Amino acid sequence: MSRRVLVVACGLIYLFLMLPILVVFPISLSSAPYMQFPPPGLSWQWYERYLDDPQWIEATWRSLYIGTATACLALGLGVPLAFSLVRGKFLGRGFVERLALAPVIVPTIILSVAVYGIFAKLKLIGAWYGLVVAHTVLALPFVVLVMVAGLRDFDRGLEHAAEGLGASRWRTLTRITLPLLRPSLVSAGLLAFISSFDEVVVALFLAGANMTLPKKMFDNILMEIDPTIAAVSVMQILLVSLVLVLIGRFGRGLSGSAR
Amino acid sequence: MTARGFWPALPALLLLFIFFLFPVVRMLGFSLEGGSLDWYAKALGEGLYLRVFWNTFEIALLVTFFCLILGYPLGFLMATTTPLWATVGFIFVLLPLWTSVLVRTYAWMVLLGRNGVFNRLLIDSGVTEDPLPLLHNFTGVMIGMVHVLLPYMVLPVYGAVRRLDPAIVAAAEGLGASTWRIFWRIYLPLTLNGIFAGAVIVFVLSLGFYITPALLGGGRVIMIAVLIEQQVRETLNWPFAAALSAVLLAATFAVYSLAQRFTRPQEAT
Repeated sequence: MSRRVLVVACGLIYLFLMLPILVVFPISLSSAPYMQFPPPGLSWQWYERYLDDPQWIEATWRSLYIGTATACLALGLGVPLAFSLVRGKFLGRGFVERLALAPVIVPTIILSVAVYGIFAKLKLIGAWYGLVVAHTVLALPFVVLVMVAGLRDFDRGLEHAAEGLGASRWRTLTRITLPLLRPSLVSAGLLAFISSFDEVVVALFLAGANMTLPKKMFDNILMEIDPTIAAVSVMQILLVSLVLVLIGRFGRGLSGSAR
Repeated sequence: MTARGFWPALPALLLLFIFFLFPVVRMLGFSLEGGSLDWYAKALGEGLYLRVFWNTFEIALLVTFFCLILGYPLGFLMATTTPLWATVGFIFVLLPLWTSVLVRTYAWMVLLGRNGVFNRLLIDSGVTEDPLPLLHNFTGVMIGMVHVLLPYMVLPVYGAVRRLDPAIVAAAEGLGASTWRIFWRIYLPLTLNGIFAGAVIVFVLSLGFYITPALLGGGRVIMIAVLIEQQVRETLNWPFAAALSAVLLAATFAVYSLAQRFTRPQEAT
């Protein structure tokens, strides 16, 4: 009996969680010239408007390549860092770990304002690589958390076996260790990509006139609520779903890393 | 003093020093401009700004409370149901978690606005004649923030319930304890760690929230992060923005480290 109450209550809470995600689908297909619910008819007009607007397309491409570059940089820096944290023994390791995870706790507005101060001096506002660097700071904790969890569960006997059979350390790393860590690498890279692709606050300060997709969305929401945003939202939701499917299929579980 | 395995950490460490630690410390330094604490006195002394801090804490506490009463049942159900339903439950939690905050904020505007979905339904069904004010106020900010932060509560609760030894529950059932008694005497005390971890994360993240109050608050709900942004972009008052940031950062770290000290001895058992 009480179990049934729990299930019903949770059903309502799931509805609360999913409602905003579901509601954008019908609105994106609305034939009305402005926000209206329920839509009077169906049309692709908002998707067409998105695809025909060079500003939206340019912002989308920019976000895609900034996200990709962020994922690469965050992996390139975060994976060696995770190795150090799990396998190294050096003075100040606790400090390094806390520093690497701090961007999760430090409010993003503070990081944004602080980096904005520096970038304004260096004339880096609007530079795509400036955003990549700032996004990498924010993505690093995800990479470190996932890779540290992966490395903790790693069976080092396999590496010792490879070295015992005469493999060099480099060969062991590239042939044994990294391939076995592939699920963690996939999860870490995809999470880093999404964290950058969705990021707004840093972009508001650092992107300047070179809009990223979230910044363009923010400006549009502030000015007028036109269903083009709904069409963009649907595509964003589909992209995130795809990434979650990829993580579920090729990556390491997210629940473990989120703890 | 050893340095085994330090070198791979160096590149990441350089990035964090140059683009994270240095900029933040440099900015916080602005608040001490002229060697005085005047900007702190303004931030913590003037009623207007004190109100913003108080508002922020109030919102963070309420958001934490609502996330707790909504998140606990969800995490609990996911941890005690069949693996298939647990997977479905995870998808419904992770999909919103990774969907852009902007998409969700926009969707709430569509749902809660004057001519939004909820008000349309309420008016059409005759519950109310005038649209309810759900957006651009406190209610809107609360709904939006709870929605964004709920997954951060669900996941630690799920973990805590999963770690609990089912034999204890089975023993209590065998001895005839009622469902409620099992919940109050076994589940709740033994999952306090997860509840606490989730509550701390939700509270700390709420303190620094910017997007949701900026868009759903309609200029009527000012949280610290919104105030900092205004000081930097509109009034260009860097020293004051720095003082506000320093107070926000100090509050964040205080809550966080207090919580860590509190949980550590418990985790050892």
